[in-house]
Amino acid sequence: MQLLNSADDLEQLRRVLMAITDLKKPTIALCGSTGCEALGAKEVVKAFKEEFKKRNLEGKVDIKETGCLGFCEKGPRVIIMPEDIAYFKVQPSDVPEIVSRTICNKEIIERLLYIDPTTGTTARHLYDVPFYKYQNRLLMDNNSKVDPKNIEDYIALNGYKALAKVLFQMNPDQVMEEIRKSGLRGRGGGGFPTFQKWDSTRRASETPKYVIINCDEGDPGAFMNRALMEGNPHCILEGFIIGAYTIGSHEGFAYVRQEYPLAVENMQAAIEQATAFGLLGKNILGSGFDFEVKIHRGAGAFVSGESSALMTAIEGRVGEPRPKYVHTSEKGLWDKPTVLNNVETWANVPLIINNGAEWFAEIGSAGSKGTKIFALAGKVNNTGLVEVPLGVTLRDIIFKIGGGIRNGKKFKAVQIGGPSGGMIPEQYLGTPVDFDEIKKLGAMMGSGGLIVMDNDTCMVDVARYFVNFLCEESCGKCVPCREGLKQARRILTNIVSGKGEENDIEKLRQIAETSNAAALCALGQTSANPMLTTLRYFADEYDAHIKEKRCPALSCKPLINFYVDPAKCMACTLCSRNCPMQAIDGAVGKIHIIDQSKCTKCGTCFDVCKFKAVQKISGQPVPPPIPEAQRMKKPIRKEN
Amino acid sequence: MSLERIDRIIDKYADEKGVLIQLLLDIQKELRWIPKEAVLRINQRLKIPVSEIYRVASFYTALSVKPRGRHLVRVCLGTACYVRGGPRIIDSVERTLGIKPSETTSDNRFSLETVNCLGCCALGPVVELDGQYHGRLTPANIGELLSKYK
Repeated sequence: MQLLNSADDLEQLRRVLMAITDLKKPTIALCGSTGCEALGAKEVVKAFKEEFKKRNLEGKVDIKETGCLGFCEKGPRVIIMPEDIAYFKVQPSDVPEIVSRTICNKEIIERLLYIDPTTGTTARHLYDVPFYKYQNRLLMDNNSKVDPKNIEDYIALNGYKALAKVLFQMNPDQVMEEIRKSGLRGRGGGGFPTFQKWDSTRRASETPKYVIINCDEGDPGAFMNRALMEGNPHCILEGFIIGAYTIGSHEGFAYVRQEYPLAVENMQAAIEQATAFGLLGKNILGSGFDFEVKIHRGAGAFVSGESSALMTAIEGRVGEPRPKYVHTSEKGLWDKPTVLNNVETWANVPLIINNGAEWFAEIGSAGSKGTKIFALAGKVNNTGLVEVPLGVTLRDIIFKIGGGIRNGKKFKAVQIGGPSGGMIPEQYLGTPVDFDEIKKLGAMMGSGGLIVMDNDTCMVDVARYFVNFLCEESCGKCVPCREGLKQARRILTNIVSGKGEENDIEKLRQIAETSNAAALCALGQTSANPMLTTLRYFADEYDAHIKEKRCPALSCKPLINFYVDPAKCMACTLCSRNCPMQAIDGAVGKIHIIDQSKCTKCGTCFDVCKFKAVQKISGQPVPPPIPEAQRMKKPIRKEN
Repeated sequence: MSLERIDRIIDKYADEKGVLIQLLLDIQKELRWIPKEAVLRINQRLKIPVSEIYRVASFYTALSVKPRGRHLVRVCLGTACYVRGGPRIIDSVERTLGIKPSETTSDNRFSLETVNCLGCCALGPVVELDGQYHGRLTPANIGELLSKYK
């Protein structure tokens, strides 16, 4: 620990750190974030430590637990330096071989490399992997290089250089000008110009002024902020301190959802270390600027991610939004001027200061500058975090980087923007992804969640799913949201249960239009989007459910039946043995029949059958069981 | 019910503004729920109305005004986990434990909740058990996982 009292102190420390770093020393960098942890990364670390002890390599090879690189699908991942070899899906049993062959003998283990599923070619280095090759990882790249619990790793990579520049070589007006010229827009979903927000608070006369990091990230399917805050909390903190200085705030809050305990832990460590080094707290770097940051944990309410609701949550109250004609930039937290920005917005600030606004403005599209991190999930081959310049098409993200649809199925739609967004069908895959283009399709880019769906996903059920989600998460304060969503949920539940009526569609449209016009906050206003986009692009599915009582995706349980095709059944008893309800009658050599009165449609028989004999049928009655005499697979021989 | 544990938690936040939610989160972690005695103690020491405390405790899903079991099973039903079979996992858990979400088994062993996104979307469907994340689950292997928790 070293208290830094000037920009020179910081620069000197950086030089010392770089001088003592032996770039040729073997190092193993493993992801220490939540995703890989869920796949057993901690056991892999333990295995490496034991192996090093066994072979007397302790101290000769470094182990670094770094941040999330976003290819969680292929975790646990290990990068071996200095050769920069990337191994994926590493298990503890692989460790002795990695140590003896790759670390000691510099040999590659082919089976642990990334293997392209279509061409079979392997990729030795991280950026040879197609998932990473086509990305532009300005924000995420450092995640593989820093131990989030060690500030010195960040300092060695030019960390806090932008802060020193702002404090000693620029004045707040100049910083504001850079932010304005950069064209940076909020990354939390609203896309509001960052300069305008900061300017409004800066000009407000009341004090104290507050700044807030929004790490509530409630959109299901979004985990961009988690990866940044767990993996490299200092890049967010640095931007936050710069913003606070520019606006004139001395007290900041990092609001982190309680579902992210590791993000809370790593941010807390970052705050403590930055304070110990004189980069946060009193008299930052000897500049005379004081700034304190506290963490405030969320308690499990999606609506608290909305900026005015988040502020009431920090005040210790129920997270209810306020009308937007009261600007929180002037009357926010405790009615004082407040700037709230998303994690990713703050993380972009040091990049802009270090590289210049012109550099930033050259990346992205006309109205949407810079890169954006997307969380690509669902029925796609390469699920994970994708960072690309704004303006890249949906097709490139899903197929070029995402590797297309898994299990050889067909693309049906991509859900973008979380519950406030909408479904985009195949014909619009060429749309550039940015704040403005997606809005034209009736959806919104949102915070960056992209859930890919195939033909097995029912679009009516997806609309029901989102309306149910919003209904549960509604704070209940305003009538259009509280009552409207309840009715919409009832109607959609009826439709997927086979009880849909002709005028249901019209009722849904009316509810959607009312919520859009009259709800108090964006949760209610945008609740129309899941309904309206599915109605716009998948009207035929609604028709099938209502008029024919049929689910084209064969997904809605009340509208499907499982049936064993007697022509394909091999009478192996696999399905009957696995049926949790003992609903399948059959024996070895005797064709199986599902008792529909006992079947709960769990789908187990469909999964386990190796002969594709179990079918899902919808919109037609289940064929009657074949006569007993025809159920035997082998003819019964008459005794002579 | 020892008030000492509750007092220790309240003392941590003594002079700060807006601490109610943070305080209740710590009590939830310590006692596995928010008992009436804790609510009355907070009211007594911090002068926050009882109705306001219950309003907050019942609004946020991380807080429970009913006792929770020894092990908390949280099944993710966020969109990514949903399309990857989350509903089948919840069906399987309900069948194995004999309870529905927001309920606790009669032997106090498990409480079941659904949660809307844990941020491990690439590994869906995901279940969180006592703070540990488990990914790539199927209706077949979830039973085995639950049996490890006594």
